[in-house]
Amino acid sequence: MTAGAPADSNPLCGRSPVAFRDGPFENLKVPLAWTAAVVAVVAMAGAALLLVSDRTTPDGGSSYGAARGAAASVTGPVSGVFAAPVRWVGAVTDYIGGYFFAVSENRRLKAEVAELEPWRDQAIALKNVNARYEAMLGLRTEPAVPMVTARAISDARGPFNRAKLVDVGASKGVRIGNPVINEHGLIGRVTGVTGGVSRMVLLTDVASRTPVLVDRTDARALLTGDGSDNPRLEFVRGAGSVQAGDRILSSGDGGGLPRGIPIGVAAKGIDGSWRVKLFSDRGAVDYVRVLLFQDFGQLIDPNALNAPPLAGLTTAPPPNAEQAGAIGDAAARRQAAAEAQAARARAAAVAATPPATTPAAAQARPVQTRPAQPRPAAEAPSAAMSPQTTPAQAPEGAT
Amino acid sequence: MRRPVAVRVVGPLQWIVYPALAAIAATIIFATPVQLFGLMLPEPVFPMVLAFAWPLIRPSMTAPAVLFALGLFLDLFWNGPLGLWALCLMGVYVVILLSRNLLAGHEGVIRFAWYMACTLVAFLVAYVIVAVRAGNPPAILALIGQILPTLILYPIADWMLERFDDGDIRFR
Repeated sequence: MTAGAPADSNPLCGRSPVAFRDGPFENLKVPLAWTAAVVAVVAMAGAALLLVSDRTTPDGGSSYGAARGAAASVTGPVSGVFAAPVRWVGAVTDYIGGYFFAVSENRRLKAEVAELEPWRDQAIALKNVNARYEAMLGLRTEPAVPMVTARAISDARGPFNRAKLVDVGASKGVRIGNPVINEHGLIGRVTGVTGGVSRMVLLTDVASRTPVLVDRTDARALLTGDGSDNPRLEFVRGAGSVQAGDRILSSGDGGGLPRGIPIGVAAKGIDGSWRVKLFSDRGAVDYVRVLLFQDFGQLIDPNALNAPPLAGLTTAPPPNAEQAGAIGDAAARRQAAAEAQAARARAAAVAATPPATTPAAAQARPVQTRPAQPRPAAEAPSAAMSPQTTPAQAPEGAT
Repeated sequence: MRRPVAVRVVGPLQWIVYPALAAIAATIIFATPVQLFGLMLPEPVFPMVLAFAWPLIRPSMTAPAVLFALGLFLDLFWNGPLGLWALCLMGVYVVILLSRNLLAGHEGVIRFAWYMACTLVAFLVAYVIVAVRAGNPPAILALIGQILPTLILYPIADWMLERFDDGDIRFR
């Protein structure tokens, strides 16, 4: 099927026919606009089908993760090559800006250093006190999370997608769900990984939901992106729990993020909703760090989680014949020793008691020795718990 | 003796393939995470120009197929729902294809009004789809921030129409 017909045979613009030159449809001519429309409608149907079938997987990835990964691994290096001249221009503008604004920036930095020095001293003191408290209370603190440094090579900034490509992938240990930060705070999370390139969805993406807390009141909320630069705070618990200027941190609820990563400052939006001015917007997000933190499950040994609970909370297995014999022997020895001790006590009491002693007083003394009798019965479970050591210890207790 | 007349034949390579590659390259370049004087680069939908210009230049079966591929590229590159921009761009293509006779002969403001209307409808469809899928409507200001750069691209569509329309005498 080829396009092409003399102009004289088709004077109307857009009515160029398609001739089926071979076969039984040789004389059949279809207007080219119709064929184009058919292709377009079929493509629209295909697009709709893709749209319906594209779902988010439970781990935060996409049902078309393979296609997205292939596209990312192709466009990642290409983006790096294409973007190099643009990056050079950006470096030149930074240089020019730094040259012209050096004095004002120097003044601002001096004021900032003067303001931060007392905070540094307090932080050192508090760190020391906190470490002592943790040691005294035996708290199991979270271990340090390893990080991988990466460079952002591509950026989607539209209203429907806020995402970045970074130049590290599964070869560096990056996995879906890893948080990504820069020197100022949290940026987003990894949603797709290939061998050398990863895709991260920003906090500002319309599909992003992040559990956060208000540092001042410890109130919980959900940070919801909407494609703008300042994501919304939703489901804030408690009246008056948020004020303008409150620091917003990651809460760690759900286990997807470590607790306490700085995110931003609360502010009232023009629509009246609470929004967050992100710390990560204080500078260009070019170099980032990927926290190799999957969830709380990676912080401990999975075998320890799957191990049976404390042995003392379970029923001991029934003893075998040898253990039952040893247990019975130990119990008999203890009972005999207890009876012998009681008999000796009674004999000593009879010998020491004057003849005028009332029978009631004489009968009371063996009662005082009775608390020794329950001991073998109380120690029987421990004998069952460690059958190898109990027979050797039982004679010593009996003597 | 008649002198031979040079016939300029504009094939799909000139008016489909090269512009498509240029749109891909421009999309990648404008996705660079760089700030120029404190401002990020805009993020227009470059294939919107092609979705408007291609059906006006001439009907073709190759153009919608390439446009569909461009939409998928945008979805994959921007990490959007797969099929979102493919559907919106194809919608613009179909509307303009069906309106060729209405648009024939118009230039200037009328043509730009059509381009603007098609762009707004495409973004409206994308907005509704994303809002329904995410359960969260995107910000209007961010939406305007992508619509305006896309509208500014209209001179490219106009240049393509002047350059390629009737470039092939077989379609006159």
